[in-house]
Order: sequence, then C-alpha cells, then structure tokens
Amino acid sequence: MSPDASTLVPGASGHPATPAPLREDLRIIGDMIQAGARVLDVGCGNGELLSYLARTKSVDGRGMELSQGGVNSCVRNGLSVIQGDADNDLHDYPSHAFDYIVLSQTLQATRNPREVLHHLVRIGRHAIVSIPNFGHWRMRARLLVEGRMPRTPSLPYRWYDTPNIHLCTILDFIDLCEEESIAVERSVTLDDLGRPYRLNPHGKLANLLAAQGLFLLRGRN
Amino acid sequence: MTTIVTSPASVAGLAAPEYDRPGYRLTVAEPLALDSGQSLAPYAIAYQTYGKLNADRSNAILICHALTGDQYVAEPHPLTGKPGWWDILAGPGKVLDTERYFLICTNVIGGCMGSTGPAELNPATGQPWNLSFPVITIGDMVRAQKRLIDALGIEQLFAVIGGSMGGMQVLQWAASYPERVFAAVPIATAARHSAQNIAFHEVGRQAIMADANWCNGDYLAKGLRPERGLAVARMAAHVTYLSEQALHRKFGRNLQNREALTFGFDADFQVENYLRHQGMTFVDRFDANSYLYITRACDYFDLAAEHGGVLANAFKDTKTRFCSISFTSDWLYPTSENRQIVHALNAAAANVSFVEVATDKGHDAFLLDEPEFHATLRGFLDGCAEHRGLIRR
Repeated sequence: MSPDASTLVPGASGHPATPAPLREDLRIIGDMIQAGARVLDVGCGNGELLSYLARTKSVDGRGMELSQGGVNSCVRNGLSVIQGDADNDLHDYPSHAFDYIVLSQTLQATRNPREVLHHLVRIGRHAIVSIPNFGHWRMRARLLVEGRMPRTPSLPYRWYDTPNIHLCTILDFIDLCEEESIAVERSVTLDDLGRPYRLNPHGKLANLLAAQGLFLLRGRN
Repeated sequence: MTTIVTSPASVAGLAAPEYDRPGYRLTVAEPLALDSGQSLAPYAIAYQTYGKLNADRSNAILICHALTGDQYVAEPHPLTGKPGWWDILAGPGKVLDTERYFLICTNVIGGCMGSTGPAELNPATGQPWNLSFPVITIGDMVRAQKRLIDALGIEQLFAVIGGSMGGMQVLQWAASYPERVFAAVPIATAARHSAQNIAFHEVGRQAIMADANWCNGDYLAKGLRPERGLAVARMAAHVTYLSEQALHRKFGRNLQNREALTFGFDADFQVENYLRHQGMTFVDRFDANSYLYITRACDYFDLAAEHGGVLANAFKDTKTRFCSISFTSDWLYPTSENRQIVHALNAAAANVSFVEVATDKGHDAFLLDEPEFHATLRGFLDGCAEHRGLIRR
C-alpha cells in the first residue's frame, strides 16, 4: 500500500502539529482506520497513534497502557487512557463497543494470545493486530548459524528478560486466525524499517523476509 | 426554582440575610425527598464560589468536599484561619483555574458549615435537630446540590470533581444526572463503602457516643460538647488517611520534647502528640452529630445496589468523560476500589481515563502537593475544555 501524503499533514481540527514523524507501521495502521471511528488502542504507549488519529481523522479514541509513565503522559495530553493490559482488562468491554481495536506489537507479550484475539474481534468491529515475525531470516540465521536465541531491533531482549513469551511467525498467526474462524481482511508485511513489502503476505517468501506482519481482522459471527 | 443568576454578585442575592459567613446560602422551600423515605423542608445549602460564570454558563465546576471538608476550597477557613482545603489546586492560574472556570462548592446537607444539618434549628420545633435529623445519603446530598445548580441556571456542569466522599458524590452525580455532567473526576474513592471503611466509621461513632457529654445527641441544649469522643474519632480516622511509610517518615519512633521514655501514658512519642493535636483542633470546627450523620451517609453508599447490583448499569449510555485517579499508598480507598469503577465504566463503553499516582502519602495525597496528580488533572481538564469549546481567556 502506498503512503497517503495527506495523512501526514495535521488536520484542520485546531490541534497543534507535532513535528515528530509517526512510526511507519503506526501510519499504516492509521490508514486502515476510517475518519470519525471509535478506536481503542491496546498498549498505546505514549499515545502516538491516538494523537495522530485525533489530529488527522477526528476519531473518538481511547487507550490502554500497562506502563504508568505512558498512561500519565497520555492523560496529561488530553487522551482518554486507562492503566491496564490485554490479558486482564478486555473482559469488561461490551461487544462491538469500538469500530477498531488496535493491538500493535503486543500480542506476543500476552499470557493468552488466543483469548486476547477473541476479545479483540468481539469488542471491535475490526481488529488491527501487528506482530513481530519470528520467521524472519535474521531469527532463523541466528539460531541456525550461531545457535543462540535471536535478538533483533524489533525483539531486542535476552531470553531471560524478554516480555515476549508467545512468539510466532506470520504463517503461524494466519493459521491461528483460520482455526479460530477469524477473517483476515487485509494483510501487510513490513521490513525492518516498517516499510511495506510488495509480496504475497501469506506466502513463504514474506514469512522469510518480513520483520513484522500487520492484519486487519474481523470476527466471523 | 426559577431564579436565574449570572454572576456571583447576583448569586449573593440568594443568600439568606442572617448568614454571617463568607459565601452564600440558598434556602429551598420545596421538600427534598430523602432516600430514607422522609423529606426535608425547608432546607438550606451553604456554598461558596470562585471565578466567574461565563455567558453561556458552560464553565462551572462543582467541587465536592470530603467527610470533614466544607465549602471553603480556596480561601482561609472562617473558623480556623487555615488556607482553603484545596488551595493548592484552586485559584488563579492553578489547575482549577479561577480565571477560566467558575468553581462552586457546597457544604453537604448534614454538615455543620451552614447547610441544613443536625446542629441547625428545626423550624418545626425551634430547637436543634440533633438526632431527630433524618439520616441522609450521598444521593440526598447530590439531590440537594442539584437544586442549587438549577437555581444558578446552570444546565450542564463542565465538571464535577471530588476526592474520597467527594468522589462518591461525583459518581452519584454522573449516575443520577448524566446529562448535567460533561466531565467527572472521582478521586481516591469507591463505588461502595467497604466493610473495613464501615468498621472504621463505627469506631469513630462509638467514640462520640461513649462520651458522657454527648447526652444521646442533645448536648447543644445542655451547653455541652462531646469533645473527647469527637477528638478520638478524628484521631482514629486520621490514621487511615496516612500510610505506614508516611507516618514512619514524619515521626518514626521519635520522642516528643523528651530524652527518654517516661513510663507513663503521656504523649511520649511525636506521633501521639501529632494525633492528639489533630483531634483537639478538629473539635473546634466540627459538630459531633454531623460526624455521625455524614459517616453514615458514606457507609450506606453502594452505587451498584441502586442499579440491580451491576455497577456498569449506573453509567449506561453515559456521554460524560471520566477521569479516575488513585494513589498507590491509599489503603482506605485503594487502587483496586477505584479500578472497579473504571471496569464498570469500560463495561458501559464510557469515555474514561485512569491514572494511579505513585506516592507514599496515603489517602491524604489528594489534598497534598502531588505534581503527577496535578498534571494529570490539568491535562484531563484541558482536553475536556477543548471538547467543550471552552476558550482560554
């Protein structure tokens, strides 16, 4: 997908423009979201995506973030964010409470990714999920050649201190969606810098070359 | 009530002539239907305001005070001379900016700073109400406040804010009059009073009632005051407002003006001296029967019970924007209690923010200089003001 230049320009809603460029993968997520939608960003960090969406798409955005620092800085900036995490705090939300629910680079750190995934497609009419691809050639090479647990820019932790406890490859993730009757409406694979690849995202080559996968999901019922 | 006012100056016209304290007092003739089934009429609501109500009356913030607080938020207390209880937050250029917002704080009914309460005269008998005053609830307090907001001609409060019992009123406002509340900030509070909190209140009440000067509540007529009982109630409660760390940091086991233990029951330790002082100064400004009534109101508070046992139902379809704030060392209204409110709001798909502020100052942190808390509140209010179209002056 090609970047839409207009989304890089702050909207006319009166919000001040933030000079810092948005992370490429977040911008692609932003492009998937329709203007004026209700959005829940789970693991929203410092509210980068929510601020961007409020600025450019006038979304009704909410966030959830585990780190206290992240939550406080979001609320200080006028975003609606609660402290919580995907494993414990999704149960309360009613079905279809949001048009989009975003889980960016977080699924692999949840205790029960399958359950989280079900909550996502229940709470959101659409879910947008991005995952680091453990099938990336760097991972494979490090394990195969060096015999060490892989460490990459997107997964920089050591084996003993990593929060990423449920890693998978892009193909694994697509398999899970199929098993759980979750429709993958759109897939994008990204390189190390978050730029999209022009590859069949469900193919073996993408599973080897892409550093992360990004999926627009919808529950089948 | 059709009185329309546009500024504090004309609000002053509502003050009863005999009212001799700073602020205003609205007397309402229509009966107030109470949760107990009784009704109260006439009744008075004493209140204070800061700042100016704007032309479209969209900048009003109702501040709800805690158990032993009152309407003197941002000015010296008329009885003690101490700074207003939220002086740190409310005033020109502060978080609750009086150059931007119109702040209103009412003394709760049942209180003792000018609103109708047990120490006021019962117009039917010409005697103080004492224990013949009906038991009131948080819901009753809020119903009375709403009469004032109606009288002030304010269709929608920009925000309702309060900590502790004030937070309960905030929740009650949001549940009872959602269309009247644009933003709600319940701080260090709970949607129902826990067994532990009821227990502490009961200790306080028993201390008052055990004082021989209490005279079954009729102490005013006898020219007596149950000061010792009320002071003990305050001392016990005060401990619950602090934290073990805060007490240790402030006092440790330090001795009070002495080199060694006295092997007696004088206040050997600084912490004892501090608590005795807290108890003694409290009785100068608070009525013992009011303490009984207001603690009872907290105990009876259970917002879910009013809504079929499901707290989320209290906030169904709400458009109010919420910001819930708790403090890590608050064991009276711990984060878990505040989080229950947040969970219920999530279940109602409400617009809610939730911040837990790290502090060792215990429950009292909401009254103290906590930069993280203040920055959170400022950010939330700024965001809401933008959505409400309040322009910075």
